[in-house]
Amino acid sequence: MNNRLDGLFKPNKKILSIYFTAGYPRINDTATILRGLQKSNVDLVEIGMPFSDPLADGPTIQSSSTVALKNGMSTKILFEQLQNIRMDIHLPLIIMGYFNPILQYGVEKFCEECAQIGIDGLIIPDLPLQVYEQSYELYFEKYNLHNIFLITPQTSEGRIQKIDQKSKSFIYMVSSNSVTGSKNRVEDKVLSYFKRVKSQPITSPKLIGFGISNNQTYRTALKFADGVIIGSAFINFLDNNSIEDIGKFIKSIKE
Amino acid sequence: MTFKVDSNGYYGQYGGAFIPEMLYPNIQQLKQSYLQIIGSSAFQNEFQQLLKYYVGRPTPLYFSHRLSKKYGTKIYFKREDLCHTGAHKINNTIGQILLAKYMGKDRIIAETGAGQHGVATASVCALMGVKCIVYMGSVDIKRQSPNVARMKMLGAEVRAATSGSKTLKDATNEAIRDWINNPEKTHYIIGSVVGPHPYPDMVSRFQSVISQELTHQLEFLEGRSFPDYLVACVGGGSNAAGLFYHFLDNPKVTIFCVEAAGHGVNSGKSAATTQLGRPGIIHGSKTLLMQNADGQIQEPHSISAGLDYPGVGPLFAHLKDTKRAHFRAVSDRDAMLWGLELSKMDGIIPAIETSHALGVLESEKFNKDDIIVFGCSGRGDKDLDTYINYFEL
Repeated sequence: MNNRLDGLFKPNKKILSIYFTAGYPRINDTATILRGLQKSNVDLVEIGMPFSDPLADGPTIQSSSTVALKNGMSTKILFEQLQNIRMDIHLPLIIMGYFNPILQYGVEKFCEECAQIGIDGLIIPDLPLQVYEQSYELYFEKYNLHNIFLITPQTSEGRIQKIDQKSKSFIYMVSSNSVTGSKNRVEDKVLSYFKRVKSQPITSPKLIGFGISNNQTYRTALKFADGVIIGSAFINFLDNNSIEDIGKFIKSIKE
Repeated sequence: MTFKVDSNGYYGQYGGAFIPEMLYPNIQQLKQSYLQIIGSSAFQNEFQQLLKYYVGRPTPLYFSHRLSKKYGTKIYFKREDLCHTGAHKINNTIGQILLAKYMGKDRIIAETGAGQHGVATASVCALMGVKCIVYMGSVDIKRQSPNVARMKMLGAEVRAATSGSKTLKDATNEAIRDWINNPEKTHYIIGSVVGPHPYPDMVSRFQSVISQELTHQLEFLEGRSFPDYLVACVGGGSNAAGLFYHFLDNPKVTIFCVEAAGHGVNSGKSAATTQLGRPGIIHGSKTLLMQNADGQIQEPHSISAGLDYPGVGPLFAHLKDTKRAHFRAVSDRDAMLWGLELSKMDGIIPAIETSHALGVLESEKFNKDDIIVFGCSGRGDKDLDTYINYFEL
């Protein structure tokens, strides 16, 4: 079975990836949102598994997670919702979630389930590289799931090289050293970080996330990376708009 | 069997550092420097001076004649309630503020539940002239207003955590988020033996002054350097870690950890983490924690805000697994009555956290010559409102 992430990155192609919290705004919106995103020609989707204590997330994703959990979302329900998703969703799909719910589900069982559904990769922000290598990499390999690693402005060059080596797909560049959703323009300090990383010999494609919210930040980020990831801004959009209008949001980012 | 942290930051299967990449450089810096800094004579000189002249150490080891007579055994209290700011918390904040100074950090953040750790942090920041921001759940800000006022008087900024349950767990999340956003010049003073490695070990070392003093005091008073029993309340576990530190490898010392049963261990309103919890990840550490089947962290309940934490320090998860310590749980009601008992019998109004520990006097059998040392972790001033309402004083 091919991993859809493998064919995603091509020279001169810019990737737009959208994050949403599963179970938000309503518990059964997962498939509808996925279809809306596919129809709007996004390239990649991150399905967020809500967690009670999302350490790396800002207020927007925190509150969408709280609502999603109140709506009754759980790992089991998410997997049920995604069961036949590959009948009509052909986009690469990534699940993003904190480690504890995955640990409780059973890491191998979780990976197996993801593979069976057709998930291509995982982002687990609080699973450190070293623990991944020691204990869990074998399951990711066995089920052909790509683990996506983060780098930040504080990540040393040596560590970036190490992460690049481990990476089977793209590297997630946290654009400012910050929790999600906290900035609406790209600061000079961040620009110099983009430049620094761009000048390094990194073989993996890079997507910039955390802090992309509009056309201006989108275009700035694209100069330095292979694509961008948008989360909080999309959640904010869903707060005030109907799911049918997802296309309008994507359009507003792209032009 | 060892009860010290291993080189990877684990106590048995618990501990570690499950942190997002954003915190990697901070934790790495701390991990690489804390032992060297703490071990240096310059640090130790300053630390010991401050413990003596600022905190007021050594704290007495007090023999309770009346309780000893009533319960037919020898009962001592290690009086951490007599520390400056009213609890053991300041042993750790003094250590960490010095560490921050040596690491060149000039902005301090902290989380607090009842406000004791917040006050202890605000005090040492005032002492050092350093900017201090304390995160506190908005629910706790309402129910612990005197401590909020104290922190403000001490020059700290108190920021409300309004996410999730708006209590200690959420204040901790907010503090960690602040650290992610301000990685360079900020040090995060965690208040208990929780969080990612090296915090549990580092905080234990700063609190270990308690058991170190106890060794000498027992030698002087009883002619032997160890007790038969040590008893402490456990929320995150910092006062217990300090009381037990030098005795963990001595099998002659029996150890009791007392958790908060709340309305009862199985009532759905409890904070008895080691009984109700399963292994999982909370605040960067693998430990026992209260969670639902899906791995979502659950809200604990205790009448004492200091025990109201859904996890427990990884050391304690290990002490539970290895059966090195015995775990008991004491209800809100019983804790309140023990608080009254200690007040009436010894003229000591304890923090409600501390009161829980006394529950073993009823649940366990002790011999006449047994030496029992209770960790008297804090004084009850902060709990007066709770005592007043409960007993309609």
